[in-house]
Amino acid sequence: MAEKLYQNTTGIKKRSKFADAAIRMVKEKPLGTIGAVITIFMLLVAIFANFIAPHGMNDMFTDYVMVPPSAKFLFGTDNLGRDVFSRVIFGARISVIVGLSATLISVLISTIIGVVSGYIGGKLDLIVQRFVDAFMCLPGLVILMILVSMIGPGLWKIIFILGITQGINGSRMVRGIVFGMKENAYLHSALAIGSSTWSILRKHVLPNILAPIIIIFTMSVPQTILAEAGLSFLGFGIPPPNPSWGGMLSGDARTYMFQAPWMALWPGLALSILVYGVNMFGDAVRDIMDPRLRGGAGRYGIKVKRHLKNVYPAPDAKE
Amino acid sequence: MRNYIFRRLLLAIPTIFFVSLLVFTLIRLVPGNVLDIMVADYGTIGQVTPMDRAAIKHALGMDVPIYVQYGKWMDQIFHGNLGESLWKQTPVIDDIKVRWPVTFELGLLAIIIGQIIALPIGIYSALRQDTWGDYVARSIAILFIAVPGFWLATLVIVYPSIWWGYMPPFKLIQFAANPLGNLRMFIVPAIILGMGMSGGTMRMTRTMMLEVMRQDYIRTAWAKGLKERIVVIRHALKNALIPIVTIIGQQAPVLVGGTVIIESIYNLPGMGRLTIDAISTRDYTVVSACLLIFSLALVLINLITDVTYGYLDPRIHYN
Repeated sequence: MAEKLYQNTTGIKKRSKFADAAIRMVKEKPLGTIGAVITIFMLLVAIFANFIAPHGMNDMFTDYVMVPPSAKFLFGTDNLGRDVFSRVIFGARISVIVGLSATLISVLISTIIGVVSGYIGGKLDLIVQRFVDAFMCLPGLVILMILVSMIGPGLWKIIFILGITQGINGSRMVRGIVFGMKENAYLHSALAIGSSTWSILRKHVLPNILAPIIIIFTMSVPQTILAEAGLSFLGFGIPPPNPSWGGMLSGDARTYMFQAPWMALWPGLALSILVYGVNMFGDAVRDIMDPRLRGGAGRYGIKVKRHLKNVYPAPDAKE
Repeated sequence: MRNYIFRRLLLAIPTIFFVSLLVFTLIRLVPGNVLDIMVADYGTIGQVTPMDRAAIKHALGMDVPIYVQYGKWMDQIFHGNLGESLWKQTPVIDDIKVRWPVTFELGLLAIIIGQIIALPIGIYSALRQDTWGDYVARSIAILFIAVPGFWLATLVIVYPSIWWGYMPPFKLIQFAANPLGNLRMFIVPAIILGMGMSGGTMRMTRTMMLEVMRQDYIRTAWAKGLKERIVVIRHALKNALIPIVTIIGQQAPVLVGGTVIIESIYNLPGMGRLTIDAISTRDYTVVSACLLIFSLALVLINLITDVTYGYLDPRIHYN
């Protein structure tokens, strides 16, 4: 729904706008470009894990238990003789699935709570926000652990739990944006011509919060991935033998970490690289999509500075 | 200001009410309740008859409907009593008195280390915006956010032990007994925790410095012919660091709740460990008490942060 509206408001220029944003990112955001490359690389690894991995994720080579990294097993093998390299590759799939789908759920929930609470306002807003307050007051990881204990482990259950908890936490931001938007003249005009609440939400509110929502999405994906890894590390996440990076670092990896340190090294490295990449990519997306949130000087960061240097050489002499 | 504080405290009442409902019910909804675990536990010692089971249930006060239990619990809380551990029959407050200093020390060290790492890099990054130094500094900031603490902590335990045969102590060294040994025990987990915190602070510092450096009074300072060092330290830094109060406020909950993951890895018996141990033994009173204290502290910390912020920055008005 939102996607369609976005197309309507921007018309035929959408594609060129997207291409324009991509070109700007490569030109002006070297870190963001590195992040995008890492993100796309990890996405490809996740999608084509079956073809890239030299072995199956749960193939046990009983003759090769805990052998150090070699040409046959690039990252070594674990205590059951499974190839760590293949498991790390399949782990990308889990991280990507959890990161994307849990964040999608969380953004949906944030939007629903935030828009309803912020737009309707009044007593409803007051009560809903106290509930959100209460939820934000609780230690996130502990609540996640209690919720997982409540409904049990499993990929989709974890995604669901992460989506709901992050969604409630994120709703505050959406609510703030909607709340601030209510004073705009176009909303008053829409009310004056007698638009229904639903049509105001659809035609005015949603298109305007789309950009911040996409930004919230890209900013929360890495958090979600880390939360899943942390949960799995504590034994409250994706159950074994599924190769979740967090799970691969806990349990057996910790038992045998002194004999087979490579078991504890590679999954964490892959996790760090993915989170690093998505974070940098998310930052760049935010800077390009929403200039108000950017910290730099002016619209074209570097270019403005170069331009200034040419026009007024003196003020920039400090550099 | 007094009005503002009063209103915030008034708003905190429903929040705390929701928190108390959540922390009371969530843990009791986890399947495998404390009664089953206790019966299974005593069952290994001797036979447990249904009559004993009823007796245990009565002794724990669980033979009345849950809303009556909640009422009794709230009554206790209002009398300043956090209740007794279901397993040990000792007041929860005694446990907390032992555990909290550990958490506080770890958290305080981590927050201090976090600022020591973050501030210089953040300031440098802003003053040299869009240079290679800035890119490196920003990458470091994101790297610190991306690297999961549990992985780093594992590596920091594994590799020193393999290379130099060093193992962190497994029993808590009291500060009073051996200050140096105690610090040595806390410093590594505190650095890992502090690194994780510093990423966000670094980014905040950079953004705020960039913002301040564009203000009129900074231009005036430059125009007066002041040196860069003076402009930065006397004029810019003072103003840019005000938001650091907010950041420290956001990090402060670690002083109360501790960190589940780092405390588990480093065998530090703090609040985080107390909470998860209580979750696994279903010690309802302990879990509810820990979570309630955490939330109360968070509400207070948030209020103190906002009030301090207003005090430091006279431009902010509360109404």
